[in-house]
Amino acid sequence: MAMLEVNHLSIQFGGLRAVDGFHLNIEKGELYGLIGPNGAGKTTVFNLLTGVYKPTEGIIRLDGQDITGKSTIEINKAGIARTFQNIRLFKDIPVLDNVKVGLHNHYQYSTLTGILRLPKYFKIEKEMNEKAMEILKVFDLDKEAHLLAGNLPYGKQRKLEIARALATDPKLLLLDEPAAGMNPNETQELMDTIRFVQEHFHMTTLLIEHDMKLVGGICEKLTVLNFGQVLTEGETSEVLNNPQVITAYLGE
Amino acid sequence: MSFISYLKDGISLGSIYAIIALGYTMVYGIAKMLNFAHGDVIMVGAFVILTAITKAGLPPAAAILISVVFCTVLGIVIEKIAYRPLRKASSNLAVLITAIGVSYLLQNLALLIFGADAKSFVTVIDVPSVSLFGGQLVIKGITIVTIVVSVIIMVALTFFVQKTKPGRAMQAVSEDRDAAQLMGVNVNATISLTFAIGSGLAAIAGLLLCSAYPTLTPYTGAMPGIKAFVAAVFGGIGSIPGAMVGGILLGVIEIFGKAYISSQVADAIVFAVLIIVLLVKPTGLFGKNIQEKV
Amino acid sequence: MKTKMNKTTKNNFVTYGIVILLFVIVQTLSATGNLSRLLTGLLVPLCVYTIAAVSLNLVVGFSGELSLGHAGFMCVGAYSSALFSHMTADALPSVPRFILAILVGAVVAGIFGILIGIPVLRLRGDYLAIVTLAFGEIIKNLINILYVGVDANGIHVATTSAGFKLAAGGKKIMKGALGISGTSALYKDIKGQFFLIGVILVLLTLFIVQNLVNSRSGRAIMSTRDNRIAAESVGINVTKYKLLAFTVSAALAGVAGVLYAHNLSMLKVSVFDYNMSILILVYVVLGGIGNLRGSMIAAIILYALPELLRGFANYRMLIYAIVLIVMMLFNWAPAARNWRSRMVEKFKGGKMKKEAA
Repeated sequence: MAMLEVNHLSIQFGGLRAVDGFHLNIEKGELYGLIGPNGAGKTTVFNLLTGVYKPTEGIIRLDGQDITGKSTIEINKAGIARTFQNIRLFKDIPVLDNVKVGLHNHYQYSTLTGILRLPKYFKIEKEMNEKAMEILKVFDLDKEAHLLAGNLPYGKQRKLEIARALATDPKLLLLDEPAAGMNPNETQELMDTIRFVQEHFHMTTLLIEHDMKLVGGICEKLTVLNFGQVLTEGETSEVLNNPQVITAYLGE
Repeated sequence: MSFISYLKDGISLGSIYAIIALGYTMVYGIAKMLNFAHGDVIMVGAFVILTAITKAGLPPAAAILISVVFCTVLGIVIEKIAYRPLRKASSNLAVLITAIGVSYLLQNLALLIFGADAKSFVTVIDVPSVSLFGGQLVIKGITIVTIVVSVIIMVALTFFVQKTKPGRAMQAVSEDRDAAQLMGVNVNATISLTFAIGSGLAAIAGLLLCSAYPTLTPYTGAMPGIKAFVAAVFGGIGSIPGAMVGGILLGVIEIFGKAYISSQVADAIVFAVLIIVLLVKPTGLFGKNIQEKV
Repeated sequence: MKTKMNKTTKNNFVTYGIVILLFVIVQTLSATGNLSRLLTGLLVPLCVYTIAAVSLNLVVGFSGELSLGHAGFMCVGAYSSALFSHMTADALPSVPRFILAILVGAVVAGIFGILIGIPVLRLRGDYLAIVTLAFGEIIKNLINILYVGVDANGIHVATTSAGFKLAAGGKKIMKGALGISGTSALYKDIKGQFFLIGVILVLLTLFIVQNLVNSRSGRAIMSTRDNRIAAESVGINVTKYKLLAFTVSAALAGVAGVLYAHNLSMLKVSVFDYNMSILILVYVVLGGIGNLRGSMIAAIILYALPELLRGFANYRMLIYAIVLIVMMLFNWAPAARNWRSRMVEKFKGGKMKKEAA
């Protein structure tokens, strides 16, 4: 059984079918790419998968569990975490705390325990700090742990978003244009990090990307979206050589 | 008949709220700030008229003109000195608190100049009452004038915003300030103009308010200001017809509340209706629903 | 890791230290007879406004929502606790009665916080602000027509003076617009200690708010402020944490109300209007949004300022208004901020050159 199974997924905004009959199957451990021209509906697919929008029709299953129409919070708890195209960090709290917010549902103590500073508070906080630092180290952010997230340079902000998403211990990670705005060196480094995460955390990843070098370099399979519909799907090398795909990107 | 009588009182009071709310709503729509001092400009306008007539002995028409000009200039000056420097501040609370400071400033300047005791307002608008249904329903002249004036303002303002160049510039700034700037709209001038119009209207509102309820203190503008703000939110802040409808509804609800329930809880009723409306329609009656793009 | 924990903790203790230091200074001045009657009268209200400002900062600074109805929660705390004090005046000794009164005020205000927070927190930004203002005014209006008394038959509640009838020997406690009188007289024996109690309550408020924001729940609250959508994407229940901040804040405002009510011989509802809410908001913004120590210091200075300017009679509120505007421009205008950072750099640069030489 596939890790993520999506069938007949559609959403309508007024008269516009932004996503129309979308389907997707991702196996556990796969690194999967979702590509397509601007406005094809890629981010809308992410918003549907994470419950930001409710689909007008279709079904989404994660590990066999039906998560269609659930809230963003429930979907995250079920095991999907994401990053955003326009970076959405908690800017005015430290880098470390951004990751600790990600750990929120896995390390629990009550509000009262926190206010009264009971022993459990110190114990859990210590565990959270250690876990958060461990994640930050993977992304080479441990030295910036105490900076405010908003003060990080752009490339590191993108990485921190991934770190925060991973902190929620997801089964499936959704990356929305992780390399946007990065220079070639940063992109290369990001590719290494994504590969490392894939192996180190046994992650399954779905990413939206425009950078064909990155897509071709790390994605095993691709789905191409055009005008809200699946244009084609399959092994990366096949898809990228498909004349239809080239037309969709470059025009006639 | 008492129902109709209350209704006309409500519409009359509501028309005044509507004129004040127009100032709130335009400033909010364009400068994206709550101008808490707006209500106090009403009070300033009323004091200018009173002084011009009783101290300088000017005819009412001249006094009204002076008041409108004075408030227009005051609005421009306040915006330039107190609000403009904060337009790009990191928190929009900063300009809110500054507006509160300006409100205190106007109240206390008036307090220093005119004292705390209530002044009775002079009769400026002298229009005879109309008697209907054989004297069962008497409509005061001021009521008629208030309603007529507010309708004229509403029509003129709608025309101005939709059909003239500066009006369209206002719409552009309201929609997207940066884009408007790139398209060659002078944002500073447009915001100044908005404050000028809003404050000029406040002077007229001051005249109508004090003609209908002829006592004047430095705090006269505060509560109507808040109510008008509620009216603007009620109608959907940023929307001109919204301010008009919101203002009139608010006036009617307030007068009905006073008449049929209790004068002590009339304000509570007004605020309760606001809350209910916002819970059903979170951006007010005519407000645009803007969803954050993810 | 250690260093950071220590830094926050140290910061918190500095704040407690300032409170205790101020208390010691005031007590010394008082003992040596150097404290004017005017200042002595200000001490308890200063504690009231400090508690109110610190608690409001939890909502405005940490959960990022603008509330203009804080006086409403103070009002609820004040009236519920004063009622409690009057009703139990003969049954309990002062100290436990006062402690219970504080709890009553906090709990009742907290319940109002939940009841109002649930609908209100669905709204955003300025709409939320105006609705909190509306709730504050509604609370004020309703308490204004409430009459409560006790007699041999139990508690009586009425909404008009005419309908308010008690059996012979009954006690009228809440009298509509006339409010509640004689509350401070119920605590003759501990009245002299109200400043001490106030300071303890300030410390308690700081303790609760500081520890809350530096905990798991506090981080969740701040994440909802910084980015609501991202917070949901990592599984944070935004409504729950916004409501938590709102409720704790309301309960603490209730405590401020309790102190306020018991320090007065006449409690009237008219003081708890939107102007009071705005006044507290001014403390929060001027002291620094999200800066608890700043709220405290701003509350102390700005509350005392107009009172100390009484010598200037009519000019004092004018001066206050001008100070407020100038401080806002100086603190927040980007131009003023740039100028300040240039000055700081110049000063630092000059110092470094000197050191090099």
